[in-house]
Amino acid sequence: MVAWRPATLVAGRWESDSARTLVLDVPDWPGHRAGQHVDVRLTAEDGYTAERSYSIASAQDGDHIELTVQRVAEGEVSPYLVDVFAPGDRVEVRGPLGGWFVWDAKAPDPVVLVGGGSGIAPLTAMVRERRRVGSPALFRVLYSVRTPQDRLYRGDLGSPSDGGVDLFVAYTRRAPDGATRGPGRLGVAEVNTHGFPADVAPTCYVCGPTGFVETMADALVALGHDPRRVRTERFGSGGGT
Amino acid sequence: MNTVTRGFHGRRGGDPDRIPPGQYETSDFPVLSVGPTPRVDTDEWTLAIVNEAGQALTWSWDAFMALPQEHPHVDIHCVTRWSRLDTDWVGVSLDVLLEDVETTAEYALALSHGGYSTDVPLEDLTDGRAWIAHTFDGEPLAPEHGGPARLIVPHLYFWKSAKWVREIRLLHEDDPGFWEQAGYHSYGDPWREQRYQGD
Amino acid sequence: MREPEHVDANVLAGPLSEILSVDLTTAERHCAVCGAEGVFAELHVVADGPGWVASCPRCRTLVLRLVRTADSLWLDLGGSGTVRIRTGP
Repeated sequence: MVAWRPATLVAGRWESDSARTLVLDVPDWPGHRAGQHVDVRLTAEDGYTAERSYSIASAQDGDHIELTVQRVAEGEVSPYLVDVFAPGDRVEVRGPLGGWFVWDAKAPDPVVLVGGGSGIAPLTAMVRERRRVGSPALFRVLYSVRTPQDRLYRGDLGSPSDGGVDLFVAYTRRAPDGATRGPGRLGVAEVNTHGFPADVAPTCYVCGPTGFVETMADALVALGHDPRRVRTERFGSGGGT
Repeated sequence: MNTVTRGFHGRRGGDPDRIPPGQYETSDFPVLSVGPTPRVDTDEWTLAIVNEAGQALTWSWDAFMALPQEHPHVDIHCVTRWSRLDTDWVGVSLDVLLEDVETTAEYALALSHGGYSTDVPLEDLTDGRAWIAHTFDGEPLAPEHGGPARLIVPHLYFWKSAKWVREIRLLHEDDPGFWEQAGYHSYGDPWREQRYQGD
Repeated sequence: MREPEHVDANVLAGPLSEILSVDLTTAERHCAVCGAEGVFAELHVVADGPGWVASCPRCRTLVLRLVRTADSLWLDLGGSGTVRIRTGP
């Protein structure tokens, strides 16, 4: 049994108008692999509880883990975590969880990461872990996001200091001023151009809303990637509540 | 004792005369199901009531639509904690469907397209408390909400209101349905918060 | 009105850890109905109903049903296939 552990908010960081990264201190955190998630449990004073799953967005860092929460209007948990949860407040976390959607930091194979919306979080953990361990594995990241304002991890993901990591951002609703690519969904041709070809046998990780993941996983397979090298994490339509 | 999260209250409460304990009121109609949505054409749709001797009464869509129709205006309560008040349906009362059925059975098992099932005491389907509904909010019931027709038993948790119902099987002994086999309460009264076995 | 959307069985890692000492989500799986080979984590899960329901991503056969009640975890592993949990290198 993976135990529930108390976790205290150390700091919060706004990633966009509606997304906030929570830096949690979890005493005796056993460490995690990039791509894993935690279950978070909130308990009201009368004992009522609510649980949600969130991907870990940070590389291994002692007792600290970072989760990015996107506010879902009318949600039960996310408005609390984004707008109310303050440093010193506590939740419980269970994890790290899941051994499938993980990047092996010792693997030399090239990696294609395809993220939609807040599905970029566990993929960012992979990029950060690569940086932390100094892995030479080549990464290509495709990030689908609605507008420049919704983009998460600005200044970190795609930082020029990350040699060997290429980032392609596809804005689906509104592109930045002067962009050559107009707003639109990530297409198969772009996955082909900005990913790795199938013959170099990259490991592919796709995370995002269910419809996005289905489309992108199908695109990768259509481009010749072995379905067994395409790992997916769907989080439904809204990314939790 | 769990660690309490300061300032977290959850989403609960409402008018205590209308919202059962542990529920919250919503104006949404969340879609809950256990698998892909079955698409059932009304040309092929039938409804059967099968008694404990195996005798079946079967209605085609046209025959079903020709039966007397009622307009239940009811509150519904889902075990996943949402309640929606003042919903409007059109359908046929189970009293009408059971009228010519010979039975001394005490239980009913509703069976659906797609493999879902749920059990209900037969008496809870009678006395104007249950319908096979085909219209919601003035529109034909959408497939994701159980269309073309679903059972509604609004005085019990909504998992008892089987979507895509195709057969009501009458039984002398209770036969647990999809969720009842997996720990959910066999009766499911929201006002007594009968969510799980033992509640 | 939207179709309920499935997620991947990765999401079951936490609830299953309450009763299993191994991570079932990385186990290999063979579907008895359609013959699909894969990993448990690839099952499609509908998570917003009363419990969790996992089905084969290829043939949609029900593979697992999991319900948490106040004092129990109910697990129905169906019988629609096998899982192989590697215990050695």
